Amino acid sequence: MTEQHRREATGGDLGPVLDTSAPPAATARLVEAHKPDLLLTEDHSLCPGCGEPLAVRAFLDAIAELGMTSRAVGVVGIGCYTMFSGTIDVDLVQALHGRAPSVATGVKRMLPDAVVFTLQGDGDMVNEGLQEVLHTAARGERVTCILLNNGVFGETGGHMTATSVIGQRTKNTLDGRDAEQHGYPILIGDLIARLEGAVYVARGSVHNAGAVARTRRMFRRAFETQAAGAGFTFVEVLTMCPTGWFVPTADGPDELQRTLAEVHVTGELKVDGHVRTTAELQAENVAKQREVEAQLAAGGLDETS
Amino acid sequence: MDGSEALVRASLLAGCRFFAGYPMTPFTEVLEHFARLLPEHGGVCINAESELEAVGMAWGAAATGARAATGSTGQGLSLMQESLAEATLAEIPLVVFNMARSQGDYFQATRGGGHGDYRNLVLAPQDVREGIELVQLAFHLADKWRNPVVLYGDYLLAHTQESVAVEPLPLPELPPKDWAVDGSRSGSGVSRAVTPLGLGKVGQRDFGQEGKAQYIATKMPLLEREVRVDIGWIDDAETVIVAFGSPARFVKYAVQQLRAAGHRIGYVRPITLWPFPYDAVRAAAEQARAIGSFEISSGQLIDDVRIGAAGLAPVTFLGGVSTDHSGFGVGRLLDVEEVTARVLALHEGREQPPVPGYEEYAYALAAHQQEAAP
Repeated sequence: MTEQHRREATGGDLGPVLDTSAPPAATARLVEAHKPDLLLTEDHSLCPGCGEPLAVRAFLDAIAELGMTSRAVGVVGIGCYTMFSGTIDVDLVQALHGRAPSVATGVKRMLPDAVVFTLQGDGDMVNEGLQEVLHTAARGERVTCILLNNGVFGETGGHMTATSVIGQRTKNTLDGRDAEQHGYPILIGDLIARLEGAVYVARGSVHNAGAVARTRRMFRRAFETQAAGAGFTFVEVLTMCPTGWFVPTADGPDELQRTLAEVHVTGELKVDGHVRTTAELQAENVAKQREVEAQLAAGGLDETS
Repeated sequence: MDGSEALVRASLLAGCRFFAGYPMTPFTEVLEHFARLLPEHGGVCINAESELEAVGMAWGAAATGARAATGSTGQGLSLMQESLAEATLAEIPLVVFNMARSQGDYFQATRGGGHGDYRNLVLAPQDVREGIELVQLAFHLADKWRNPVVLYGDYLLAHTQESVAVEPLPLPELPPKDWAVDGSRSGSGVSRAVTPLGLGKVGQRDFGQEGKAQYIATKMPLLEREVRVDIGWIDDAETVIVAFGSPARFVKYAVQQLRAAGHRIGYVRPITLWPFPYDAVRAAAEQARAIGSFEISSGQLIDDVRIGAAGLAPVTFLGGVSTDHSGFGVGRLLDVEEVTARVLALHEGREQPPVPGYEEYAYALAAHQQEAAP
């Protein structure tokens, strides 16, 4: 079916369907060929436009950069990202849905010198296993919990989670998440930051290259803090899920910024025991954005920023 | 020392290095003794926030190759069922102290409330002395088969003060746990994964979900070799009583007394509840006139006794719910005279005497009986 035919058949409304009847006007451009050392293969079975592979690559790079490879042990939850347990070259324990923080606790107590992390989604951590991550943080357990937050149950095909934002359309909130009926989203990073046992809490994103680089720095800081034995560390990463958000693949990053990031504000929520407010993070993000724009106007990005 | 401390000291002797639990009577003292004794022996005990986390923590510790245990009672173990089922697929060698409030958790322990095709090995000591041996055997079997092992005790086992020596049980050496994670192989291309899913790492054996289930299904019959049973006076017995755990001690004493009085009565005491000693029950049923199942529940063990008897002899339920106000399954039925009367009634073909205490509920049952009347 040509675009012309489809236009006629649908009355001009093409909807979110990608036209694959002809090659795209511009071909895909390989920006950077990089495979993290700790990834056995670049292949994965996740959807096009998914943000999870970016987040996984970011923390694998951080582990390798810190020279912590041969002491890394991961505990994986249940979600789309679970497929990475076959391709991540790190000793792993597979946990039940929601149970990764308690399993990681057992691992860390028996291997105090290991760098132990969990890999969980928002359905896994904030719905099913909320008490696990909160108690693990409160105990000050020397592990790093990693949350891939896309505000939706991706693996079941797009259903509401505890982090879905107000107004978000999912398969079980067809008219959008309504606070009256479905309650309010849990800002898990902010909640954990208030707990005494948590010493480093950050919320990154993977909607563009700058955000990925920033997230990788957050991972480094979290793992370093864990290795120093300071307490519980937490890195939340906002990831695109165009399939579960029902938007065209390429719109994922913009949709993330427009919806998820508006509510779950990115930045370092707690550093060295100091909790930072949403307003502080927003101000910092605006200042950073202005800085980047100024650099672009002046002829190019400063790689160190 | 009390039974709980003896079980904990036996665990230390077996090399247990990790425990996590949540208090609940009559299991609480097991947690108390672990919390006190494990750190002294270089181990870790965590007061978990819930049974769900207790079993998760023990799972993680066991995945590193350390000997690890958790435990609880009735409701707490109900909460753990998801993990106890999945841990069988993940092949986690976990020991679970089930200090049950009665024998009404027989199905929970031997069938479980978890998902999928799975079995947990279940050991049921009759007293503290046997408990000390079976705890050590539990850690051994958990490692040998990479499968959870449940130690089914009760209020009497956990709380009875006995003068016992906690001595090592000689057991064969087991191979090193090359499957356990410690991070040392991360980045080597052959890192490990301890997983209930079939998902194998790239370049390594990949069962697939169905293949993993098939593999576990193939392994389970091998575990049936671990069946253990205590048999007495079976050879010429006209009546055979089946009982396990603390109540079996009462049964054995009653049978011994009746034997001394000239009655041809014997007993079969399953030491492993799964695998169940079906063959021993069948052998007894081949020449007995009557089989009795004595249990402190409304009738659960009797299902396995019937399977074992295979219709060769009629099976009669001799037990009942027997509790006091504390609700720990130590009621008026757990009395040698009561047990003897019930065994003798079966042996002499008389009707079973009423369960003491049941008459108190007659008023509540009257209405139902009227409804049920034709």
